[in-house]
Amino acid sequence: MSLRGKAAIIGFAEMAPQKGDGDKTPLGIISEVARDAIADAGLEKKEIDGLLTGMAIGDYSVLWPSVVAEYLQLQPRYFGQVELGGASAAGMVWRAAAAIEAGMCQNVLCVLGDTRSTKATGTKPPPFPRLDAEFDAPYGLIAANPGYALIARRHMYEFGTTPEQMAKVAVDQRKNACKNPAALFGQKEITIDDVLNSRMIVDPLHLLEIVSPCTGGGAFIVTSAERAKRAPHRPVYLLGAGEAGGHCGITRARSLTTSLVKPAAEAAFKMAGVTPQDMDFVQPYDCYTITVIVTLEDAGFCKKGHGGPFVWEHDLTYRGDFPCNTHGGQLSFGQPGLAGGMSHVIEAVRQLMGRAGERQVKNATIGYVNGNGGIMSEQCSLVLGIQ
Amino acid sequence: MTEYKKPLPRPTATSLPFWQAAKRHELQIQHCTKCGAHIFYPRDICPECLGSELEWIKVSGKGVVYSYTIARAPTHPAFAEDVPYVIAIVELAEGPRITTNIVGCKPEEVHIGMGVEATFEDVTPEITLVKFRPA
Ligand SMILES: [Zn+2]
Repeated sequence: MSLRGKAAIIGFAEMAPQKGDGDKTPLGIISEVARDAIADAGLEKKEIDGLLTGMAIGDYSVLWPSVVAEYLQLQPRYFGQVELGGASAAGMVWRAAAAIEAGMCQNVLCVLGDTRSTKATGTKPPPFPRLDAEFDAPYGLIAANPGYALIARRHMYEFGTTPEQMAKVAVDQRKNACKNPAALFGQKEITIDDVLNSRMIVDPLHLLEIVSPCTGGGAFIVTSAERAKRAPHRPVYLLGAGEAGGHCGITRARSLTTSLVKPAAEAAFKMAGVTPQDMDFVQPYDCYTITVIVTLEDAGFCKKGHGGPFVWEHDLTYRGDFPCNTHGGQLSFGQPGLAGGMSHVIEAVRQLMGRAGERQVKNATIGYVNGNGGIMSEQCSLVLGIQ
Repeated sequence: MTEYKKPLPRPTATSLPFWQAAKRHELQIQHCTKCGAHIFYPRDICPECLGSELEWIKVSGKGVVYSYTIARAPTHPAFAEDVPYVIAIVELAEGPRITTNIVGCKPEEVHIGMGVEATFEDVTPEITLVKFRPA
């Protein structure tokens, strides 16, 4: 049994990221994008019988899926929390498809929303894992920045990856953001020099290679392939999915430079029966520039270690020869707390539905999405396509 | 003496021998008597073979820098005065990798593959952190 073609995304909604805290709570964001996604899918609320949501840093508690169901007065027959950090949204797609295929439900609302801080709710943010606090934090290895810097440094050492090559990712994605009215940083293009002259935060990563936290969220609806035929928009089918994990803190990763994207992407392409070279675009999770380079290598778009030269030689813009993070990526679109990975899934769906406006990739019929959580700790790769 | 404001480890029953050894300026890690694996951080069973016979052994304290970053901005407000400082992963001669700081040299002198040895910093009366310096 495979999930290939068994379910489709038929509608979505996304909040334009806001720089500050905003006045909405995560539940406020979640309810608005949920409402709009249900309408976009041509469904009524009572037809939603599945719910997948994920932790919000801005409103953290136990029993969160029930809180969301209660807030929206949903009556799910299948629900839960996908807690895979930035891979949560991608992880929702195949879980929803599997639940539908198993007969547990018909229409699954997948939704994430988060605020820049806990200001709107006065709640306490979730703690970092206790073992990271015991063995990493005393030395300053705290949150994501230094972890990805350790990866970047090792990648430079093993493969000769250069700061210019890493900067190119941010530069090209910014060009995409300039065609996305919703992007947080879509006003002005940047150059390689802009990136390299931006403040060094954790050597070798500069400020413009690091995501900016913000407020935002998104939602999409997954339904069965059968029900998708009656959807108002072109259905976007799940063709392949793969997931991989194994470490939390980067010190405990088996490798710093060959990531868990490899098994996740291999599984996704195998299920879909296609190769990386068949993709019309890619939407790889981009918390940092190095994340994109490692992901493209491990997903098989280029040889291991050649990610730097690959991004340098290819045009990553929506009109280029290798469209990558056509919404601007989180680097330029914004990273709303734990809802950030939503943007990659939604942009892929937008492209495949032919609704990407000025930044539409011509004749896009199949694309690759990767969700990444923690410090390359949680990987979920998807192949999405139209039929 | 000024108060130590940086994050401190909170030893558990499982990890206490490691921190007690550090306080004696010794580096101890676990060793699985069944499969021979060296284990860090401390665990209740061997994560390789799932065996429960783990012993504490004193290790050489020698290792090499596996990767590092120079923090040019503090990674936590309490580290502000330390900038620039080196956060590193050191691969111990016995195998396991450990998160640490490289001290005793300029940050710019640190490089991957550099030989280092453990050095112990008594940061509070209770806690000693295991850092590394050029060997
Ligand atoms: Zn063992």
